Amino acid sequence: MSANTALASPILLSCQKLSKSYPLPKGQSYEVLHELQLDIMKGEFMSIIGHSGCGKSTLLSMIAGLNPISGGQILLGGKAIKGPGPDRGVIFQSPSLLPWMSALDNVLLGVNQVFPHETKDTRRDIASYYLQKVGLGDALDKRAKDLSQGMQQRVGIARAFAIKPQILLLDEPFGMLDSLTRAELQEVLLEVWNREKITAIMITHDVDEAIFLSDRVVMMTSGPRAQIGDVLNIHLERPRERKAVMEHPDYYEYRSHLIDFLEHV
Amino acid sequence: MKARTIQLLQFTGMFWAIPFVRLFSGEEILVQLRQIWTSIGLPVMAIAGFLLTWHLVAQRVNTSLGRLPGPMEVTQQAQVLWQEHLTERAKANDFYARQDARIAKIKAANPNAKPRRVAFTGKPTYLDQILTSLKTVFVGFIFASILALPIGIICGANKNIMTALNPIIQVLKPVSPLAWLPIVTMVVSAVYTTNNGLVPKSFIISAVTVAMCSLWATLINTAVGVASVNKDYLNVAQVLQLSARQRTFKVILPATLPMIFTGLRITLGVGWMVLIAAEMMAQNPGLGKFIWDEFQNGSSTSIARIMVAVLTIGMIGYALDRLMAALQQKVSFA
Ligand SMILES: Nc1ncnc2c1ncn2[C@@H]1O[C@H](COP(=O)(O)OP(=O)(O)OP(=O)(O)O)[C@@H](O)[C@H]1O
Ligand SMILES: [Mg+2]
Repeated sequence: MSANTALASPILLSCQKLSKSYPLPKGQSYEVLHELQLDIMKGEFMSIIGHSGCGKSTLLSMIAGLNPISGGQILLGGKAIKGPGPDRGVIFQSPSLLPWMSALDNVLLGVNQVFPHETKDTRRDIASYYLQKVGLGDALDKRAKDLSQGMQQRVGIARAFAIKPQILLLDEPFGMLDSLTRAELQEVLLEVWNREKITAIMITHDVDEAIFLSDRVVMMTSGPRAQIGDVLNIHLERPRERKAVMEHPDYYEYRSHLIDFLEHV
Repeated sequence: MKARTIQLLQFTGMFWAIPFVRLFSGEEILVQLRQIWTSIGLPVMAIAGFLLTWHLVAQRVNTSLGRLPGPMEVTQQAQVLWQEHLTERAKANDFYARQDARIAKIKAANPNAKPRRVAFTGKPTYLDQILTSLKTVFVGFIFASILALPIGIICGANKNIMTALNPIIQVLKPVSPLAWLPIVTMVVSAVYTTNNGLVPKSFIISAVTVAMCSLWATLINTAVGVASVNKDYLNVAQVLQLSARQRTFKVILPATLPMIFTGLRITLGVGWMVLIAAEMMAQNPGLGKFIWDEFQNGSSTSIARIMVAVLTIGMIGYALDRLMAALQQKVSFA
């Protein structure tokens, strides 16, 4: 990347010599990540792919502050992160809504926390705005437990965007959904993201999903001591449309690049 | 209308009545009739068999108070108890009517007079005793909940406190009400010295004993529930940096509610069971004392009257359990 574009989009998040070991029962430890280096630019949508068990979720949960770091550091806007916080919106694989609350209250829980000085009405407006954007304008007052998986994950997306985080962290957000719902939600996510341009890191197993959504796809080597193996820039103009993306002359090359990597590490 | 009725029946646990609703609204008649047969016919047959066996066996057992009463005698005594209740109420009404008349007379003679009113002091009827038992178990249940819920939440939230308290809990849990009662009696007598208090001492002793024996299920269930709140919910609370208070009241408690209600349901069941023994010993004028008095009385109808009490206790216990089950269903979000 040239100095010029680096200036235009500064580094938002930076993992420096990031290591993670889990203790094993017999006293030794298992080093999942070893001195991993990764920079994410402001406004970028980045996907991470890699084999199951290589440490993707571990990496993301450390960025989220939910999992302690064993070595190195993570800088967000130049400052080392300590613990979780609403400056990082997390969308978990399972929707993780509070099932006894309505869709609106689930979103409001975060909004109230982040905008405590706004009036009640304003906060309500923010929450329902994002629920509308994910297509749940009619289900504001439905209890989360009465929503389908896909709808629950829509609420999860609304909740993450509504707190206006600096960065979005998505751990296989659509992994549990059937392929139709998954495609639908990819588009919902892309649409909201296009509007907000919040820097995002998404873990996925789905090569097509990675290409469709990302500016950059990061490939992790298999563990233990996993690192970044390769990086693929996706130069497809935005806003993207699925059909156009799939028919793009470069699509096949992107796809085989990623699949080659996965088959040979 | 039909859907509503069925919902209501499901909520109250009266599943057996659902096929009737369906039958009368003209759903496939054969299917519903078979449903009715399995959900009602079979239990009714079993009850009939039970009554018959009871009748036959009772005829052959001779006690010091005569033949063991069968279903007939017991039904008869139930009616007698009901009659006694009506008679006693009629007496009370007469008494108050006479008192009112007398007071009216005095007032007519002297408008400034302030005649004293006295309450009727008849002996408590069977229905009064049932009511006393219900009140006692309710108060005991409240005591138990007030103790068990906070301690359970603290234990569940802090592993070290749980480890510290666990042996004490495990040792106190299996103690019988008969063992608690003397201690509770001494302590209550020492602490609750006013004799003209609102409630009699025996009432408090029984309620506290009920609480001591029944609080453990709620305590343990609450602790386990709080300790095993879904990690995802806690992650959400962490990411949003909820305050300790918000985390407790918006996340942990709602998530634990179903477990808490399971505990409360067991607590109420155990409490009702323990109550009878406590009332017998503490002489609290409820069903326990009724049984004890009949036993001491030893007349030819005593055993039949005790059997009425046994059935009453069973049916109330069942009703209380259904009530708690309905509440439990209401708060469960799974
Ligand atoms: N809390 C933990 N304690 C010990 N080992 C762990 C823990 N969490 C994860 N691991 C191990 O660390 C490795 C990486 O796990 P992680 O969940 O990060 O993988 P992943 O890349 O997200 O896999 P997947 O694609 O299946 O989600 C695995 O071998 C896993 O068994
Ligand atoms: Mg994972």
